[in-house]
Amino acid sequence: MAEKEDNRKCVIELQNVKRYFQVGSETVKALRGVSFKIYEGEFVTIQGTSGSGKSTLLNQLGCLDTPTSGEYFLDGTPVRRMTKNQRAKLRNRKIGFVFQNYNLLAKTTAVENVELPLMYNNKYNSKQRREAAIKALEAVGLGDRLEHKSNQMSGGQMQRVAIARALVNNPAVLLADEATGNLDTRTSFEMLVLFQELYKQGHTIIFVTHNPEIAEYSSRNINLRDGKIREDTINLNIKSAAEALAALPKPQDD
Amino acid sequence: MNILNLFKVSINAVANNKMRSFLSMLGIIIGVAAVIIMMAIGQGSKESIRKELSTMGTNLLTIRPGADMRGGVRQDPSSMQTLKMADYERIMQEKKFVTNVSPEVTASGQVIYGNNNTTTTVYGESPEYLDIKLWTIENGDCFTEEDVHKAAKVVVVGKTIVTELFGDGVDPIGKTIRFKSIPMRIVGVLKAKGYNSWGMDQDNVIIAPYTTVMKRIAAQTYFSSIVCSAITEELSDAAIEELTQILRDNHKLKGEADDDFTIRSQAEIMETMSTTMDTVTLILVVAAAFSLLVAGIGIMNIMLVSVTERTKEIGLRMAVGATGAVISLQFLIESVLISVTGGLLGILLGFTVSEWAVPAFGMPSSVPAWSIYVSFLVCVCIGVIFGYIPAQKAANMDPIEAIRHE
Repeated sequence: MAEKEDNRKCVIELQNVKRYFQVGSETVKALRGVSFKIYEGEFVTIQGTSGSGKSTLLNQLGCLDTPTSGEYFLDGTPVRRMTKNQRAKLRNRKIGFVFQNYNLLAKTTAVENVELPLMYNNKYNSKQRREAAIKALEAVGLGDRLEHKSNQMSGGQMQRVAIARALVNNPAVLLADEATGNLDTRTSFEMLVLFQELYKQGHTIIFVTHNPEIAEYSSRNINLRDGKIREDTINLNIKSAAEALAALPKPQDD
Repeated sequence: MNILNLFKVSINAVANNKMRSFLSMLGIIIGVAAVIIMMAIGQGSKESIRKELSTMGTNLLTIRPGADMRGGVRQDPSSMQTLKMADYERIMQEKKFVTNVSPEVTASGQVIYGNNNTTTTVYGESPEYLDIKLWTIENGDCFTEEDVHKAAKVVVVGKTIVTELFGDGVDPIGKTIRFKSIPMRIVGVLKAKGYNSWGMDQDNVIIAPYTTVMKRIAAQTYFSSIVCSAITEELSDAAIEELTQILRDNHKLKGEADDDFTIRSQAEIMETMSTTMDTVTLILVVAAAFSLLVAGIGIMNIMLVSVTERTKEIGLRMAVGATGAVISLQFLIESVLISVTGGLLGILLGFTVSEWAVPAFGMPSSVPAWSIYVSFLVCVCIGVIFGYIPAQKAANMDPIEAIRHE
């Protein structure tokens, strides 16, 4: 990695980040000193079993939590000493979240769901908000389902809406938490195709998962174990999700 | 997030849960309607009493025997016999601020004509009584001073007596009715006044010369009261002063001795009535206001449930950049929206009931405009006060836990 460092923009930098939790009289060391840099345009999977600290790391990366010690720079901004409100604003401007359970607002149309992050940004008026939302939905292939309500959509469609919502604020980094965890194999691959497309367009993506298979489709894999990085490898042979999808047996109509 | 967006979000949340929102509004609707109806009845009663008392003459003064209080014990004024003929004569001679004067003696009982009978009160008065109490003769004439002098058996009757004893379409003038077996000839019929606010029929009345009632019916030498009218309402106090001097002198009361009579002006009675009505209204409104308190607690309950139920939504909003303050404001607006919508519906219901249903039951009612403004303001306050705890609960959530909440 070292040889590329200077000519690429660093989006995320962790310097010996530790996160301890006090549970009763015991101290749980969820992260025991994690350091890495992620550059613009990378598709990184953070992979680990449950208890490896990947959720804690995701909360750190998403500015939902702050390190006990060490420092985290998001797009050059140090996060550790930020207040809750400052972090809320930072999340609003720099981060796009995709959650495992889609987390769409019930009884709300696709376009309104996608507009949500921009509702908390005073720089957008309602017209600009709508335009940005429509653009994001078109980017994930849902241009024809703008007014569909969340309960009228399939899991794959809902996750697409969630991805559009994560893209709408033009974030520095897209943070996906087990984004394919609730989907069947076929839809999972469709999602991976979409993520690979976004990667090719130059988006920075961090995909947190317990599934080692997904690492084969990303450009870099960080493997966590017991709150430490076990392995950090560049994937030189990225598999095509589109090909994998085509190779799947066709769904049987019965 | 600007305030307009917050309103949109809150309206959607309320609209998405129509049944629940309506149920939590119900308490407010009923509470506000109750407050408005109570205030309307209070105000209406006050207005009708005022109107009615003024139809009896606002410059009316009533002299009753006996002091209000004697040695801390309220006396029964009707058992006292301090008002005599001599008092009446003295007043008639010396009055300056008083125009009309009429001694009053009453007797209740059955009045008969042919096969018909009815129960009524015979008022023994002087002819000036009609001017004092603002009665007008519709048919025939009043009895005269001559009739008073002779204690003539003549009467003026109210409309109700005519219909009860004669039915419709009969001219009662010149007919003789019997009261306690004493025959009396009708010389005049009074123009109807209708019911007063206590539900008393003011036309169920017979007016006879006071001498007739004293000598022939009640067999008493004293008056139950003396009614007079001051020259104007403004001169009531001067008139009271004058009458007090005359009576004290006549009763030979010296120095510190208490009055053995009481003079009340109509203005004073009106004031007492108003104060009493205000107290009754206040009690009713306070009772109704308690239901608003309960309604507020109901809203708080629903909002707490709603916040818990929407933990995930709150987590999501926080994750995408909502600050605690914005979340808190969203839920606060939501609870205010519920309470204010409920309040508006309550005002509508209260107004409708006050204007249509209450009068249908024969009760006076008049919605004071300020009660509507106050109700509205109270609803806003209820929304803010009882929405505060749920809103804080939402604002203090940890986004990490909230978003993974199942």
